[in-house]
Amino acid sequence: MNAFTTLTATALPFLKDDIDTDQIIPARFLTGTTKAGLGAKLFYDWRYDDQGQIKAESLFDSTRFQGSQILIAGHNFGCGSSREHAPWSLKDFGFRAIIAVSFADIFYNNALKNFLLPIALPEAVVQHLAQTIEQDPSQTITVNLAEQCVTLPNQEQHHFEINAFRKTCLLEGLDDIAFVLAHLPQIEAYEKALGKTAAL
Amino acid sequence: MSAPKTLYEKIWDAHVVHQTEGGPAIVYIDRHLIHEVTSPQAFSGLAARGIPVRRPDLTTATEDHSIPTTDRSKPIEDEAARTQLATLAENCRKHGITLFDVASNHQGIVHVIGPELGLTQPGMTMVCGDSHTSTHGAFGALAFGIGTSEVELVLASQCLLQAPSKTMEIRVEGTLPLGVTAKDVILYIISKIGVGGATGHVIEYTGSAIRSLSMEGRMTLCNMSIEAGARAGMVAPDEVTFAYLKDKPFAPQGEAFETACQRWRELKTDVGAKYDTQVILQAEDIEPMVTYGTHPGMAMKISAMVPKKDDFNTLQEQEELLAALDYMKLEPGHPIAGTPIDVVFIGSCTNSRMEDLRAAAEVLADKRVASHVRALVVPGSAEIKRQAEAEGLSQIFLDAGCEWREPGCSMCIAMNGDVVAPGQACASTSNRNFKGRQGKGSRTFLVSPAMAAAAAISGRLVDIRTWETHA
Repeated sequence: MNAFTTLTATALPFLKDDIDTDQIIPARFLTGTTKAGLGAKLFYDWRYDDQGQIKAESLFDSTRFQGSQILIAGHNFGCGSSREHAPWSLKDFGFRAIIAVSFADIFYNNALKNFLLPIALPEAVVQHLAQTIEQDPSQTITVNLAEQCVTLPNQEQHHFEINAFRKTCLLEGLDDIAFVLAHLPQIEAYEKALGKTAAL
Repeated sequence: MSAPKTLYEKIWDAHVVHQTEGGPAIVYIDRHLIHEVTSPQAFSGLAARGIPVRRPDLTTATEDHSIPTTDRSKPIEDEAARTQLATLAENCRKHGITLFDVASNHQGIVHVIGPELGLTQPGMTMVCGDSHTSTHGAFGALAFGIGTSEVELVLASQCLLQAPSKTMEIRVEGTLPLGVTAKDVILYIISKIGVGGATGHVIEYTGSAIRSLSMEGRMTLCNMSIEAGARAGMVAPDEVTFAYLKDKPFAPQGEAFETACQRWRELKTDVGAKYDTQVILQAEDIEPMVTYGTHPGMAMKISAMVPKKDDFNTLQEQEELLAALDYMKLEPGHPIAGTPIDVVFIGSCTNSRMEDLRAAAEVLADKRVASHVRALVVPGSAEIKRQAEAEGLSQIFLDAGCEWREPGCSMCIAMNGDVVAPGQACASTSNRNFKGRQGKGSRTFLVSPAMAAAAAISGRLVDIRTWETHA
């Protein structure tokens, strides 16, 4: 089952503002018809040189941050296009949570629907966290969704906000489609009342 | 009497099917537009669940992102794009969804054909797996982009699960100065409030400068609302809106149209209704604009100097500026006018409509594109292409040395082979100047259609108000 309860993992600091979805996955990789294998294209132009070789400076491929399941980012992460390929590629690469100062709306929603947990924390906390991890990437962060709590390597705990409905969906692995279709009688009644039924 | 409401609240309230306790509402969607890039995984999801498309009659598809804008009689070379387009066609056939493919008279960019066909109407809720769905808000519709999971949800149920947004009024009063278009207005707004400035909000644009815009201008304005982080942008419908919609194929016809207009006239923010945030700007303060950096908030007046480090307060902002200027190959403190360009792109869901093409043609008439510049003009739809050809605009473009293409998203997203080469600078009428957006290593300067046309002739960025006297 796809769900999110708790996570203890190492993190990768990528403390940039306004990271758009064209950076997360360039449009030229959107011609597929499935979600599979997009992790290889994640942050492509940051990671690969003109010959398609991984750049020596690529954080995403450095042994220091290997196996990180938490991405640390700045303000307005995921702005731009609505492509769900962005959370698909992050998820496929191995990330399960993103700690950022703030998120763009559509990305935030898309991430939740893929059980990739977006966590907004105050700027000072995120900056300090990124510095701490930079010094010693082996330190772990623990996310407890039920408690809405992040425990940092120094054992400092921070509360984060999440809509109660979305939280339940993540914890229990619930699906929007099943939930909405359970309200089919209301949808039909709405259509009938407003004359929005299909012209047959 | 009920409490005064904003335009957004009126449309929202009219579409709530069910309010979950303490959670999101189930919101009804009147019109669902789909295209080849963000729909295949949604249809696969439906197939895996074994459920049908609930309201194919409220769903309309077109091909725009992956299609070549060159000769359409030839097979598509890119195998992945070919498969993606075939997948859309098959999904539409299987589910009985109308598809305006390249063989259709109505094919075009999804946000161009919606309004053009009258599929977009005031008071509607509209969604599409595309962030620029905010365009349709120009008609007083509540329209926004969604991800593929939500595309699947709407296909399955004709509803979305949504929490209400906050509201933001952006009022622009006064008369727009000569040379200032809707594109300059929205770039100015984003430069003021920032790329995350409207996050969590639905913007309603008000004020005399907004009222004075044509429907096409309003579409340009609402189109880029997402570039300020807004969920949607809207303009209350008025007589300009109704005149545009009259006799459009999918709009109500005859008496039904008059009845609809009466209903649509109620779609305005009540006196006394409160917005969560308010921004008031003066039209006279706006000049022709150009972006200098790597997101649309990094926009400036064409007559100004490229910002310097000292213009920003925080270290983070300063670093962001320097990284952007390094990428864009610009010198801080120097004029941006005069920056050499290699490519001009006139097109996209932001600026590919008749008014845009007329503005570009007016500048290009009897002139030649600079010898080192490649200029592409890509109409937003098959209908616009026909009309531009009938009006003689296409001939003006061809005579000037531009390429006149088939309709599609083209070089705005550079998925179809229309690409700006690494390091090249492009004066573009599109909506995003992100790193690599128009091709790996591409450098994008966002401008209005007239400014793009003038840049094509000059071979460098110029001020549309003065460029001919300086030439």
